[in-house]
Amino acid sequence: MFQPKTKNKSTKRNPEPINVLSSEELTRYYREMLQIRRFEEKAGQLYGMGLIQGFCHLYIGQEAVVVGMQAAAKTQVDSLITSYRDHGHMLATGMTPRGVMAELTGRKGGYSKGKGGSMHMFSREKKFFGGHGIVAAQVPIGTGLGLAHQYNEDGGVCMTYYGDGAANQGQVYESFNMAALWKLPVVYVIENNHYGMGTSVSRASATQELYARGTGFGIPGVRVDGMDVVAVKAAGEIALNHARNGDGPYILGMQTYRYRGHSMSDPAQYRTREEVSQVRAERDPIDRVRQQIIDGKHASEAEIKNIDDEVKAIIADAAEFAQQSPEPELSELYTDVLVEA
Amino acid sequence: MAELTYREAVAEGIAQEMERDETVVFLGEDIAKAGGVFKATVGLYDKFGPDRVRDTPISEQAILGAAMGAAMTGLKPIAEIMFSDFLAVCWDIVANQIAKIRYMTNGQVSMPLVIRTANGGGARFGAQHSQSVENWSMMIPGLKVVAPSTPADVKGLLAAAIRDPDPVMFFEQKSLYSSKGDVPEGEHIEEIGVAKVVREGSDVTIIALAAMVPRALDAADRLYSEAGISAGVVDLRSLVPLDTKTIFEQVEKTSRLVTVEENPRLCGWGAEISSIVAEERFWDLDMPIIRITTPHIPLPSADELEDMALPSVERIFETVRQGVD
Repeated sequence: MFQPKTKNKSTKRNPEPINVLSSEELTRYYREMLQIRRFEEKAGQLYGMGLIQGFCHLYIGQEAVVVGMQAAAKTQVDSLITSYRDHGHMLATGMTPRGVMAELTGRKGGYSKGKGGSMHMFSREKKFFGGHGIVAAQVPIGTGLGLAHQYNEDGGVCMTYYGDGAANQGQVYESFNMAALWKLPVVYVIENNHYGMGTSVSRASATQELYARGTGFGIPGVRVDGMDVVAVKAAGEIALNHARNGDGPYILGMQTYRYRGHSMSDPAQYRTREEVSQVRAERDPIDRVRQQIIDGKHASEAEIKNIDDEVKAIIADAAEFAQQSPEPELSELYTDVLVEA
Repeated sequence: MAELTYREAVAEGIAQEMERDETVVFLGEDIAKAGGVFKATVGLYDKFGPDRVRDTPISEQAILGAAMGAAMTGLKPIAEIMFSDFLAVCWDIVANQIAKIRYMTNGQVSMPLVIRTANGGGARFGAQHSQSVENWSMMIPGLKVVAPSTPADVKGLLAAAIRDPDPVMFFEQKSLYSSKGDVPEGEHIEEIGVAKVVREGSDVTIIALAAMVPRALDAADRLYSEAGISAGVVDLRSLVPLDTKTIFEQVEKTSRLVTVEENPRLCGWGAEISSIVAEERFWDLDMPIIRITTPHIPLPSADELEDMALPSVERIFETVRQGVD
């Protein structure tokens, strides 16, 4: 059973924040995390109204993971790839809320013109390589992105995200072996939100220290408090430097939590309301950084309120765009199956 | 022209493309230092080095995942899956990832990779190392499917597959690796999606692929000399794109159609071609379409049994003779 009070205990190195973060940085992370949360809340609403159909996996609760990692990464150099719980990753890379939301509503203005949907969006420009619907399939592909970074000598690292559920898939370990063997620049980021669909980690995994599963391949791994954007960034910097310096892959075991069900059809009856509300009350990543900002006098209440209002307006605009954007042309049904038909 | 074996033509086609394009990388099990278990890639490691010609662990999902990830960034990987039967081990990456990424990204991401694999029976390897599985690929939208029958086509079509911006499943027929043929020297490239009429005929058209092409040609010789039947033979060369234009032309000319394939009978590619011809050219036909296939069984190891299972020259000859009569 998930212990909400679990603190950041690592059996190996437990990265502490290296640098004191500036006011600008903290408020930026606050804004980025809040934008993801408000986006997901809006997506949930649009889903309820029938404007979004199909699958929709919300990232609420996990925002500190991807925002912290992007803060540590070299943008436009490092690539990333993830599973179907991908909206947060896209927003964190700078993909527009409009384009992501319009993909959810299946409109022409979406990143894949409605042909991808919630689970399948991409932006080569932002080095975001999806958005993959098959549990763990992105892990060998991310390893291949690492191979391309190495071959092209472009100095980049691929951040390959997967969940605690995917950690029990065999292809993860094929990837570990190849990445360690070839010293590929890959950081495996395990977003352990403690439930693989409706089954808790303790009921699905023989060992719960998922970050330690690289040991047999000689891949270092650490446990990180994934509800703390500052800790994520610090750990991310260590891992990315390791991979970038040619020392091979690295595993980060992010201890995080998803507040919503696995997908929109999941009432999440496999856990108690108390468990969820306790995490929200004690470990919420956005509340935490907000408190840090106030305590450290990095911004005033009024300035924070201003950020809240701006984010709200951006999301309202995205939702409006996603409803006004035209349906895709019917001829799009047949395009891009192959380059040449 | 130089006389090469089918296996030598594999290495020659790869070398031709690796020389002209630094983004071509090659990975697979035992392909580098060992030169391939079928010796089809001898010399490439020495010529291009360990960065471009990589031995991998026996790890098919990691191989195809690596190839796909690299291809997403613009590299042009060639991945070898040693036996086509092993595609089942990594089929998720073929069918769910590689084949669909272009569509799902609205064309943002292309998949310029080639999956080479040794396909088909005749080597007494038994049920898990002898299958002809080109039909598995044919039914997945988003893949091109190529299967050459001659050394010249191995070189030319493999080069074309490497240059192709789409994912190409490249089936090399195991039973042909030691066959010989003239191969153009210097740069040689063929067009994917064009079938070849390898023997003109007026009474019946036999459509074949890979190892079934030389058998169909031998059967056609006997049909002419022993039964006075003029059989044309079409080497399909690729299943996707499928050259229906050539197929229809031959059906219009001969009014009789026979397909010969190594696939097991249910849902082999011959069934698809029969269906297309029945829908589009029914009134040109003077005889029911005949499909010659492997029976719907796993392949046995024993030589006598395997020879009985795979379409033989004798079976093609007899089936066509009786059908045309």
